Amino acid sequence: MSDPKRSYEITFIVDPVLPGEEISSTAQTYVDLLKNEGCDIIHVDEMGLRQLAYAINKRSSGVYFCIEFTTLTGDVIAVLELALKRDERIMRFLTVKLDKFGVKYNEDKRKGLIGKRKKQSEAADQAPKSEPSKPAAPAVESKDKE
Amino acid sequence: MANKDDIKFLSNPKIGQNRKKYCRFRKFGIKHIDYKDADFLLQFVNEQGKLLPRRITGNSLKYQRKVATAVKRARHLGLLPFVADLLK
Repeated sequence: MSDPKRSYEITFIVDPVLPGEEISSTAQTYVDLLKNEGCDIIHVDEMGLRQLAYAINKRSSGVYFCIEFTTLTGDVIAVLELALKRDERIMRFLTVKLDKFGVKYNEDKRKGLIGKRKKQSEAADQAPKSEPSKPAAPAVESKDKE
Repeated sequence: MANKDDIKFLSNPKIGQNRKKYCRFRKFGIKHIDYKDADFLLQFVNEQGKLLPRRITGNSLKYQRKVATAVKRARHLGLLPFVADLLK
């Protein structure tokens, strides 16, 4: 059996036309909803206002939020998604179940160990000095490809 | 009269041989591909925002599938375009 606690991550885009405090209160609504359903909130990431790659609901930008949480049953997802669907302030949302690598990645990201990559951050743990040289390597490789 | 050894370096000897492709996820031990990291995913799409094939990126099948999923998720969230011109 795997870990009985399931990790999920939900990202949603809030309408940027709303006044500032309503944007944050929208996000808070869902944090509270999850807490009431007995989920453990691991992290709420406010990714901020971003330009959309294409227009959604005739808006060209949106405020991104990402909530990571764990729950014992998956029942809460249906409740959460229904609430998000009914909410007109939410432009788009995406729920993703995280595997163990996803959980680890998010953990490392929060600690600031990685810009993007995971193994290097582990290497950086052991030898902080060698860190600057390592992230440079994949960047060079990717240039070769293009 | 130039002998064979002189002629050898008249053209770039490296031109014919192609670099060995490899899967960067396997090589650097990346296990999770974040769909929110649009800049990273940009390496796996062409200028029209289409996914690049494995024969170009060199990804192993396992990670190519994960890349594809991540790109599709990013598109849904408006982080990457479905169609574009002159992306990059």
